[in-house]
Amino acid sequence: MTATPLLLANARVIDPARDLDAPGAVLLVDGRIAAAGPEALNQGAPEGTEILDVEGAVVAPGLVDMGVTVGEPGAEHRETLASASLAAAAGGVTTIVTAPGTDPAIDDPALVDFVLRRARDTACVRVHPMAALTKGLQGTEMSEIGLLKEAGAVAFSNGSRSITHAGIMRRLMTYARDFDALVVHHTEDPDLTGAGVLNEGLNASWKGLPAAPREAEIIMLERDLRLVALTGARYHAAALSCADSAEAIRAAKRAGRDVTAAISINHLTLNENDIGPYRTFFKMAPPLRTEDERQAMVAALADGTLDVIVSNHDPQDVETKRLPFAEAADGAIGLETLLAAGLRLVHSGDIALSRLLAAMTCNPARRLGLDVGTLAPGAPGDVVVFDPDRPWIVDKQAIRSRAKNTPFEDARFTGRVLHTIVAGRRLAT
Amino acid sequence: MSAQTSPLADAYPHRHLLGIEGLQPHEILALLDRADAAVEVSRQVEKKKSVLRGRTQINLFFEASTRTQSSFEIAGKRLGADVMNMSVSSSSVKKGETLVDTAATLNAMHPDIIVVRHHAAGAVQLLARKVGCSVINAGDGAHEHPTQALLDALTIRRHKGKIARLTVAICGDILHSRVARSNIILLNALGARVKVVAPSTLLPAGIAQMGVEVFHDMRAGLADADIVMMLRLQRERMAGAFIPSVREYFRYYGLDADKLAAAKPDALVMHPGPMNRGVEIDPEIADGPQSLIREQVEMGVAVRMAVLEALAAHLPTRGDA
Repeated sequence: MTATPLLLANARVIDPARDLDAPGAVLLVDGRIAAAGPEALNQGAPEGTEILDVEGAVVAPGLVDMGVTVGEPGAEHRETLASASLAAAAGGVTTIVTAPGTDPAIDDPALVDFVLRRARDTACVRVHPMAALTKGLQGTEMSEIGLLKEAGAVAFSNGSRSITHAGIMRRLMTYARDFDALVVHHTEDPDLTGAGVLNEGLNASWKGLPAAPREAEIIMLERDLRLVALTGARYHAAALSCADSAEAIRAAKRAGRDVTAAISINHLTLNENDIGPYRTFFKMAPPLRTEDERQAMVAALADGTLDVIVSNHDPQDVETKRLPFAEAADGAIGLETLLAAGLRLVHSGDIALSRLLAAMTCNPARRLGLDVGTLAPGAPGDVVVFDPDRPWIVDKQAIRSRAKNTPFEDARFTGRVLHTIVAGRRLAT
Repeated sequence: MSAQTSPLADAYPHRHLLGIEGLQPHEILALLDRADAAVEVSRQVEKKKSVLRGRTQINLFFEASTRTQSSFEIAGKRLGADVMNMSVSSSSVKKGETLVDTAATLNAMHPDIIVVRHHAAGAVQLLARKVGCSVINAGDGAHEHPTQALLDALTIRRHKGKIARLTVAICGDILHSRVARSNIILLNALGARVKVVAPSTLLPAGIAQMGVEVFHDMRAGLADADIVMMLRLQRERMAGAFIPSVREYFRYYGLDADKLAAAKPDALVMHPGPMNRGVEIDPEIADGPQSLIREQVEMGVAVRMAVLEALAAHLPTRGDA
């Protein structure tokens, strides 16, 4: 069924991929962008086009979130592809890239095919699976990178489990390079993190909790970057949190390495003090850092060192979260609040709106080789319409995700998603 | 030593055959010419010659290898040598000192030629320095396997009439392959164009500086190839470590009709054996009309006869010892 042509009129059109921020309109025909920007004004539209006056709201490419954990298969009670896609639609996210840490892990071409088929049948946004870098995410045997890529995996990661064996990581990178496969790695040395659940420092000491040093992240990242230099692999750091990590990425880019890095929206907008009285919704890996680190990471985003912002959407239920802090699971949901939380950085003057959107649209799309994340004519008709100045309060009851573990419970945001459009069709937001 | 006057001794002036490295093109060609003659001997009803009559040849195998060992045994016997096979379990000779001890023990038995296979690169060279007789390297670790390269060259030359300017694609586990190293040296010495095809995890560092073109895509690597030389995947220690699985390996690096179509229409397929059908090579190709795999075995005996004969020319003549 073909979508009715749709004209988003009276818009502020922002397309970071084309360096565009101007008043105009966006015309969607046959599920694709027909025109976007000032040139789309007064151009006429096909007969029967639905005209939606967005009243000066921002129209931008739909968000691409390459840091989403879904419980399907294996933990559907936390999140299914269907419920995750509803949460994504509510947050303006039109493409989600799923982590391989399901049960079973996505380490077989048949499982990639399963995710793609389930997504096709049940999800309202685009879903691209990342496949496991090692079999069963065990960190020992490499997975079938060639066959998995052919099956549709867009990148390869070991989920939240870092690969500690440098020799194995070297071989993985070496092999992945032959297939031009992107290696996405969570850099947190489990031996150095130990039982740590908080950022190492005074805060953790006062709370009497075992702490993890920043070096657990930095050392593993630096090791990886050395291996990238050795192997020539395409590498993406999944979620960084420390100023020194950003510096390492900066140096690697300067040296011409094919590296990119992401940061979670949580680490850009929250710090270790937000944990307050042992609130487990703020327990995540890597742990929230100090305010100084957060500010350094915001600066690294602003100067382009960090390429991508992810939600790190990780649905956990009460069984895993309603526990003493040290025993609770890591992770927070984030699809629905990704853009709104990001706009805090814009309103505070730390980040330009187009830079924020680039990190959520064209940058991840390009890194993954997806044709989304832009409003260029001919691109898929995936669009988010949002009012950057509309205030709202996060209502736990209204959360679409099956899990409710948001660190932004009752948060006040300025900037709200009005419409999410995938392939030219408006989704319920 | 009066044997230095024989023409074969002039053509091959070395006491040992420890590797292809260090051999001159004309020396290699002399061995191949000699082997051509040995093929005829092997095809006769009366196969015995007396070149090595009264000589003792010891096949000292620290690593099991039925086909290479029997090939050397047959070659030696056809030349009239007294051949003795010694199999030594690798666990009892892990240390260099033990290998040297073995050499001293052997020396006391006064052999004329020792054929050695060892799991450690360089072990054959070490042994050669410690014994008084001629030594043939029958494969040392991942270093060299000179008689395999010679028999491959002989097989190629008999079918294509030459080695120079042929394009030879060597495919598979180059990293662990002594066959690949010896072949790369030999083929380059004789003017062939050598391509290697493998995932990067199965290639040694610096391969591009070894006189080869490197490919990770089989079809690109096989383009214009006159010869497709497949190597055995040592699957028992491979899966998960160097490649993800046998099925993925076969999908991208196994030789099947589809990939072979990228080579020249008259391309010939070789494999040093033993083969893993369905892993590195499709059974249809292995047993198909382009395959020279069986013939390689025949050429193996001939090449080893040629090498033994060449070394015999350097042995002390009767009455000298």
